[in-house]
Amino acid sequence: MELLGLFNYWVFAVLLMVGFYAVIAKPNMIKKLLGLSIFQAAVFLLYITMDKVEGGTAPIIQAGVVDQIFSNPLPQVLILTAIVVGISTTALGLAIVVRIFEAYGTIEEDETQSLDLEE
Amino acid sequence: MNLEGQLPALQIVVPLVIAPLVVLLRDAGLAWAAACVTSVMCLAVAVLQASGVLGGEVASYQMGGWPAPFGIELRVDAFSALILLVITGASTLSLLGGRASLAADIADSRQPLFYAAWLIALAGLSGIAVTGDAFNVFVFMEISSLATYILIAAGPDRRALTAVFKYLIMGTIGATFYLIGVGLVYMMTGTLNFADMEARIAEVSDQRPILVAAGFITIGLALKAAVFPLHVWLPNAYTHAPNIVTAFVAACSTKVALYVLLRFDFFVFQGNLEDHLIQFAGFMIPLALLGIVVGSAVAVVETDLKRMLAYSSVAQIGYILLGASFASVTGLMASITHMFNHALAKGALFLAVAAIGMRLSHLTLDGISGIARVMPWTMAGLAVAGASLVGIPGTAGFVSKWLLLQAAMEHGAIGFAAAAVVVLSSLAAVVYIWRIIERAWFGTPEAAESVVGVQEAPWPLLAVLWIAAAANIYFGLVPAVPLDLAASSADELLRHLP
Repeated sequence: MELLGLFNYWVFAVLLMVGFYAVIAKPNMIKKLLGLSIFQAAVFLLYITMDKVEGGTAPIIQAGVVDQIFSNPLPQVLILTAIVVGISTTALGLAIVVRIFEAYGTIEEDETQSLDLEE
Repeated sequence: MNLEGQLPALQIVVPLVIAPLVVLLRDAGLAWAAACVTSVMCLAVAVLQASGVLGGEVASYQMGGWPAPFGIELRVDAFSALILLVITGASTLSLLGGRASLAADIADSRQPLFYAAWLIALAGLSGIAVTGDAFNVFVFMEISSLATYILIAAGPDRRALTAVFKYLIMGTIGATFYLIGVGLVYMMTGTLNFADMEARIAEVSDQRPILVAAGFITIGLALKAAVFPLHVWLPNAYTHAPNIVTAFVAACSTKVALYVLLRFDFFVFQGNLEDHLIQFAGFMIPLALLGIVVGSAVAVVETDLKRMLAYSSVAQIGYILLGASFASVTGLMASITHMFNHALAKGALFLAVAAIGMRLSHLTLDGISGIARVMPWTMAGLAVAGASLVGIPGTAGFVSKWLLLQAAMEHGAIGFAAAAVVVLSSLAAVVYIWRIIERAWFGTPEAAESVVGVQEAPWPLLAVLWIAAAANIYFGLVPAVPLDLAASSADELLRHLP
């Protein structure tokens, strides 16, 4: 039961490792970036999970409602910023991959390495 | 509302606001001038703040008027003031001297965009130094990193692209590790403000998430700081970036990550986590020593000038970490002073390399044979900066290395071993700097690329090179300012230790 109660954290750990594996093991640069995105998404889940208060609702103050339990809005705000950072990183990474393809004619890391060694 | 109180905010806001305006300037020369003026303004703000800190005041600024633990606090103490001087100084000197060198590497139409990215990198790096909020550090770190990737990718050669892709992957993993660590600390303490975190973490310090957070944050920042063995992105990124960008990035970007590492570990964790000091030192001392040995050894056999100096940077990061992991006043002073002095020496060396790069296409030992006959001033500047990197008495490098040896001697057997490694590595530095100087002054020009007809580097680059070289000598003879700032930073960092 306690293990199931930590379901979100298990998903966080598994996603983190799936992403990390892709970054390390795949020579294809697009796949590396996909892995990086999964890796970052796992952290978003960690933040979103920790702000949930049992029985809590959205933190909006309404007239006539007192004693309402709210979920913590701060991690959500933080993760909104982190998502923007993640998108910019992915966009820049993809732009670099496009330029690598133009310059090398391949986006496989082992092939670009052997092309560099030939020079 | 006086201007002095606004200085911490101005440090970030000025470059951040001017950056998009620079994009609108379609003329390369205008964009360069705007970037230079902005950078000089930032340097002026940093100097004002440093003089305030030397006078004993710590500037605190509440963003948007929200009081400290809830809102974002900007906080400038001695440590941040010193790092700000390094960042803005490196940016100003590289920009002022780098116009011609950058124009050779980057197409005219792209230069306004390039200078805008430069200013954003400057804003991000300064932001890390002034903020007192853990999440804010992450945001500024990513702002500066993304901009730095763009600067490096502007390199003249396609290998810059693969180098920057590797840097992007490793840098993002580092930043994400840091984010996980901050999340775990927030989960346990409910705060993101460094000072508040330090006070509240005491209650939960025996719980495992805090220990895990300490691990994630240390590893993540070590990746960003290129601590051995996480340095693999650094040599290629430095080698293939435009020469002037290398001078800027080598002088400050790894130091800023080390700054956050020291601030987090000493300020937040050391006083609260049981045995954290032993874990920190036990983890860092071997890595620092290995970094020093491997970095110096590779630099000795390397024949490409920029790659040689990049590996030397790996070794210098080792010195900085070694001093910090002794966790004594002398050790931290050595470490913090060395951040300043290494930025001076390595910045000047890379400026000299940029000057040679203006005239020669192959920056290798064979390529520069006999170059000093036609570029005596550049090579003399390189010799002075090299002397400072080696740590010859009378130059800035000597001051911090001497402190480092003193700190090592306080630590018994391990200290003696560490001191021996430092001395050996300094001898290695003599070897690799001498290889450059010997080829340049006494080598005969190779037939393949003759240096006959090559002229001295353009005067602006030569001028900033000599300003940097003169600063190496000045701070070697009169090291009061960096030492005072380093001493109060060391006190600040150590005040939570039993």
